Amino acid sequence: MTTPSKWRDLRRFTDARIALGRAGNALPTAAHLDFQEAHARARDAVWSSLDVARLEAEVAPLGLPVERVTSQAEERRRFLLRPDLGRRLAENTALPQAPGSVALVVADGLCASGVQQQAPALLSVLVPALGKAGFTPGPIIIAQQARVALGDDVAEAVQAAAVVMLIGERPGLSATDSMGLYITWAAKRGSNDAMRNCISNIRPGGLTADFAAAKALWLLVEARKLGATGVALKDEMPSHYRLE
Amino acid sequence: MAFAQIIGTTRYVFPDLKTLLARATPFRSGDALAGVAAESAEERIAAQRALADLPLIHFLSESVIPYEVDEVTRLIQDSHDKLAFSPIRSLTIGGLRDWLLSDAADSVALAALTPGLTPEMVAAVSKIMRAADLISVAAKCVNITRFRNSIGLAGRLSIRLQPNHPTDDPRGIAAATLDGLLLGAGDAVIGVNPATDNVEAVLRILDMLERLRLAYDIPTQSCVLAHVTTTMRAMDLGAPVDLVFQSIGGTEGVNRSFGVDLALLQEAHEQALSLKRGSLGQNVMYFETGQGSALSADAHHGVDQQTLEARAYAVARRFSPLLVNSVVGFIGPEYLFDGKQILRAGLEDHFCGKLLGLPMGVDVCYTNHAEADQDDMDALLTCLATAGVTYVMGVPGADDVMLAYQSTSFHDGLYARAALGKRPAPEFEAWMARMGIGSSSDAIPARLSPALIGLG
Repeated sequence: MTTPSKWRDLRRFTDARIALGRAGNALPTAAHLDFQEAHARARDAVWSSLDVARLEAEVAPLGLPVERVTSQAEERRRFLLRPDLGRRLAENTALPQAPGSVALVVADGLCASGVQQQAPALLSVLVPALGKAGFTPGPIIIAQQARVALGDDVAEAVQAAAVVMLIGERPGLSATDSMGLYITWAAKRGSNDAMRNCISNIRPGGLTADFAAAKALWLLVEARKLGATGVALKDEMPSHYRLE
Repeated sequence: MAFAQIIGTTRYVFPDLKTLLARATPFRSGDALAGVAAESAEERIAAQRALADLPLIHFLSESVIPYEVDEVTRLIQDSHDKLAFSPIRSLTIGGLRDWLLSDAADSVALAALTPGLTPEMVAAVSKIMRAADLISVAAKCVNITRFRNSIGLAGRLSIRLQPNHPTDDPRGIAAATLDGLLLGAGDAVIGVNPATDNVEAVLRILDMLERLRLAYDIPTQSCVLAHVTTTMRAMDLGAPVDLVFQSIGGTEGVNRSFGVDLALLQEAHEQALSLKRGSLGQNVMYFETGQGSALSADAHHGVDQQTLEARAYAVARRFSPLLVNSVVGFIGPEYLFDGKQILRAGLEDHFCGKLLGLPMGVDVCYTNHAEADQDDMDALLTCLATAGVTYVMGVPGADDVMLAYQSTSFHDGLYARAALGKRPAPEFEAWMARMGIGSSSDAIPARLSPALIGLG
């Protein structure tokens, strides 16, 4: 007679919440509270806001102009209800012009705490690399209550050649600190998602800032040759590609 | 045609049927985003009163989207069964509500009526019904489908086992599947959302699920929820496809945004039928829907999201599916803001689907940017189980680690069955007994040894 297999041994095959046990038909208390804690963290992440002064201080050593903007969604609830407003710069936003530059936007998106944690490290790698590759790094724009397409308004305002949007991603129960990066060449109001390239899941435990910066630079170099991002630009970055 | 209603001293005018339907809809954020919601509570009740007085036959002469521009409208009008409609021909929407709630509307009468109802009639009556009304009428609808087991029988509640994995790792999927089987899930389908819509990856998962089903001899069906064209390619390559999945919506435009039209779905349906893999029946399609998809695709034509959702069910019923579910809370707070809106929408979707003859399930779910939590899901699940929902999802610990949203857990399925006295599909229930499933002990029954499915 062999020893019966243990249910809990299945856990080594997946991070899904399996073999949790039972209290009647419900979860045992510990598993129940683990779930509630994960949800609480995700909820707080959605409603978190950027510490703009801290971000400014962290990116100051890069030596680029830094501007603050907001979208037309003036507060969080409105931002969640009206994605259209989160895609537009607030009326009368004035930005310095930097024709031909690569504008860099740091936006709260659906998780300010995610972008707060990941953006400075990524920019500290990407900005010098842009210069070495012959790009002009543009101003750093810190945007609140912002969706991805707000970068299109920014690109138009500063007359940038391209915009790189760093934005907090919708928190899940297992990741509440994730950042996405969107690149749009020749972005203008009305650009759509098929015109962008995206790098997702930038966080400890996901893609590293170094890897994401390398991929962003590779995509920008290819976009410059093509004159476009999006479906026309396939991510064929060689696995050995590294930033200098 | 314009409609008018006086409330107090104000005369409210609604220029056409789609505006009347939109203004009569209980409030939800997506209709406000689309700019079609009533602007006041009084305007809403004015629209509801006008709608209640509207004869059902009006719905046969005015479409919410023109016949000429939309193939879903053409499907609805061309397939309307006038004979089945005749018993209710003289009723208004308000009269239909009263009749549906009456004892005369039993399971047999409702089943006979189904082909005579259009989605817009069903959506309209739902707008003047309370949650209890939606539950009571849905509970009388019995829509049975079969592939390798019998789904939707009275007194039964099935569970879709959803063992998703962020990188489609076969052993990760297998472990989550076994976890679900041990907790009584999987009689609706073992259905995996693939992380990538890539033919090789889909083939790998299909083969793994087939081997798992045969190793344990489970009387159920599997599905990989890839795009219909990917599944058609898999069938071309001889893959073991039980069910063909597709997301669908209620307008030609939203379906185009999903990369499908009726002709393509027809082709996929015929291809799946030709495989003849069902042992008890040949319901071979699986559809998912959800309020807000048409607005999200900018293909809503100014029609409210709940009416469009009901129109998606006309697309579904054309293909005699085994399973249909609304993914009610997945789309986000700009369409359904909070637990209250998700609860109402879930009950509406289930009611409309059931009344239109579908084997209707609901993905009782929410995202982390919606104002909702586990208590809201418990309330919706309990209401749906009372309403006789055909199936709900089973996700390990309610946390989908691939799609990053929360649905119902395997435990929730056990709870709902116990609380409402529901049982699994009969063939699956007998299999569970044979396999020794049901204990909460940490020992896995020998017949379900993980080694049999490659988890040594």
